[in-house]
Amino acid sequence: MSPWVLRGLRDGVVTTRWPGRPDPYADTWRGPATVLEHHPAQGAEGAEGAEGAGAGEAAALAASTALAALAALCPAGAIGAAPGRGVAVDLGRCVLCGRCVIRRPDVFGWSPGSASAALTRAGLVVPAAAETEQGLAAVRAGLAARTRALRRSVHLRHVDAGSDGSEEQEIAALLNPVYDIGRLGIFFTASPRHADVLLVTGAGAHGMAEPLRRTYEGMPDPKLVIAVGTDAVSGGLLGGAAEGGSGSGSYATSGGVGTLVPVDVWLPGSPPPPFAILHALLLALGRLPARPEPEGGRP
Amino acid sequence: MTARAGSAAADVAASWSALSAQVAAGRRFAGLMGTQRGDALVLSAHLAGPGGVTTTDVALPAGAGGYPALTPVLGAAFWYERELHDLFGIVPEGHPRLEPLILPQPAAHGPLPRLGDHDTVPAPIWPDEHSVPRHVLGPGLFTIPHGPVRSGVVESIEYLVETPGEDIPHLNMRLFYKHRGIEKRFEQLPAADGVLLAERTEGVASVAHALAFCHAAERIAGTGDVPWPAALVRVLHAELERLTAHLDVATRLADAAGLAVAAARFGVHKERVARLVGRMCGSRFGRGVVVPGGVSALPLVGPADLLAEVGRMERAVTADARVLMGTASFIDRLRGTGPLRAERAREHGALGPVGKASGFSDDARATRPYDAYTALGLGAPREHGSGDALERLRLRFDEVHQSFHLLRQAADELGDASDGPLAARCEIGSGRAVGWAEAPQGEVLYDLLVRDGQIVRCRPRSPSFHNLVLFHEVFAGDILTDFPFIEASFGLSVAGVAL
Repeated sequence: MSPWVLRGLRDGVVTTRWPGRPDPYADTWRGPATVLEHHPAQGAEGAEGAEGAGAGEAAALAASTALAALAALCPAGAIGAAPGRGVAVDLGRCVLCGRCVIRRPDVFGWSPGSASAALTRAGLVVPAAAETEQGLAAVRAGLAARTRALRRSVHLRHVDAGSDGSEEQEIAALLNPVYDIGRLGIFFTASPRHADVLLVTGAGAHGMAEPLRRTYEGMPDPKLVIAVGTDAVSGGLLGGAAEGGSGSGSYATSGGVGTLVPVDVWLPGSPPPPFAILHALLLALGRLPARPEPEGGRP
Repeated sequence: MTARAGSAAADVAASWSALSAQVAAGRRFAGLMGTQRGDALVLSAHLAGPGGVTTTDVALPAGAGGYPALTPVLGAAFWYERELHDLFGIVPEGHPRLEPLILPQPAAHGPLPRLGDHDTVPAPIWPDEHSVPRHVLGPGLFTIPHGPVRSGVVESIEYLVETPGEDIPHLNMRLFYKHRGIEKRFEQLPAADGVLLAERTEGVASVAHALAFCHAAERIAGTGDVPWPAALVRVLHAELERLTAHLDVATRLADAAGLAVAAARFGVHKERVARLVGRMCGSRFGRGVVVPGGVSALPLVGPADLLAEVGRMERAVTADARVLMGTASFIDRLRGTGPLRAERAREHGALGPVGKASGFSDDARATRPYDAYTALGLGAPREHGSGDALERLRLRFDEVHQSFHLLRQAADELGDASDGPLAARCEIGSGRAVGWAEAPQGEVLYDLLVRDGQIVRCRPRSPSFHNLVLFHEVFAGDILTDFPFIEASFGLSVAGVAL
């Protein structure tokens, strides 16, 4: 008898029960850096509202200087101003270097858990603008209508559009017995013709634009696209578009894959861990149980 | 040709013959790169040997369109000169096959990134994917394009397999698909931020790239040795990265052979290492740990916990490795598959496991030690030489064993020495230096030029770039179904090749 038969039984069940049951590894994961709910830089808010008075102008100037100092902390350009709401972090640009958390722990902290993905690009900006909350319901409904037919047999196709190679490792980890993605009725497929979900990694290298487009077009409807990793969301350190901006990346990349294919779910992370990818998948398919994560995947 | 250009060409040729004489005398060719200085191009050739890396700079005359190629006298420069041609438009005259590699362009001499010229912001370049090279001609021969979107979760690369049906007489590779302009991006960063991009140059060797970059930066700053606890933490992360990479290769080989249980178990081992790294620093790839001058923090896992976990992993991995290497159906698939001749490995200066398995070893940890490797015992290397996929796996398991040994030593030492500063002063002003580190795939080399704290030129040379060209050599006698084994046994990353 092959020795592998007994070895396969040796360690018992190592597979996570998530999302049905909470998994401590998923819940204690350290996600992208974010703005704390209460922090001293919130003073900027009042100052921006004040008009005319000289004191107000001086305060506004001080506030904008303070904001610029905070923004300069981030090598990826993820920190900026949110009109009327003080400092904001674009999680879609965060490369998790941790500089802001180390230098200004009073303003910035890590977002806890693996629920990093969002259904809109704007949904990755913290604090969130009020209008994105309203738009989210419509996006969610639209996505649910498209994914209804997929039920519990979902096939994934991955395309590397200029990644650093780490996202591939984390996506491939979903196949190991710890995550065992097959238990959720989700499978990888080689052919785009059989695929329902496209996982795209990388900053959108120009050389991959055409192969990516052809792969997307080869997939039957309904189809979903998930941008996996900060590079895919925004170009990350390779340069690219901030939320709402239309930066063009570099001479060789497109500043994320959003300009190449229509992205449904945005997952930051450098790279995102397997649980975050699993969360993004279930978010896309509308299969997240109501309990473990708050609405929209954002804490 | 004018007299001036003629004498310049003679100078270049003289430099090349001096280089090849040094290589014949035992130094290893470690890379050739270009730097734009105004209208002139400076070529830098690196030779590695015990104790360090030496650099020869050859300045071409301003506006020169070509120079005598190095490849005819030093075959290992084959890809380096094709890359120079793509990135700078310069023609290495006498190069045997000057086809596009990194950046095929629609028109010759289109917009170029002008690496080293900080003021040039290159216009977008969209590579031309339609020109397909073909080298073997004969009745019934055809090309199987394999990629860039391939089955499985893998990086984008295209293999053009030229075959009469089963044998693989020749194989071409097209790498440009994921060219990301990394080198140009470095030039827009302050030296202190360069390490972040270095970590993202080749994800599976994040720590090694960060180390090589920081070693270069520390040499420019005159930092000297980093504090001892920092040197130990660097070794811990570098060796955990090696474990992850080698376990990944074992997983992929077992998967290719259809050994589902073995693939599953090695996948679990790999996950366990990734989780340990994640618990130590918050990143499963050890990112954010290495900074110029030292490390950012001590591991969040205490030395005692670390030792216990390393011990548990070692027992589990060793037992499974023994069974895997005793599984006849698996060994049969690897034995004699994808052999790299010892002579070729030596000529080319093959790096890491690929070179070692063919009897050529130049491990930077031993020959040019850095950080805590200067004091930790690596153990005597075992003899390897048959150079096939089986030997490469055997070597990886030996390295896994060695990594556990190093991890135990480093964790032990760290328990005694975790007080004191974690980073030495490292003000990166102006200067140029070369830094290196031994990644799981072989030596990573960084050539870094900094002016007033701003990166002017940074050339990462990954082991994957140096080794991948050897793919041309290892298919003699192998058939299509051997392909996944050979590819996995090389264990390279495309990200570090296409940059």
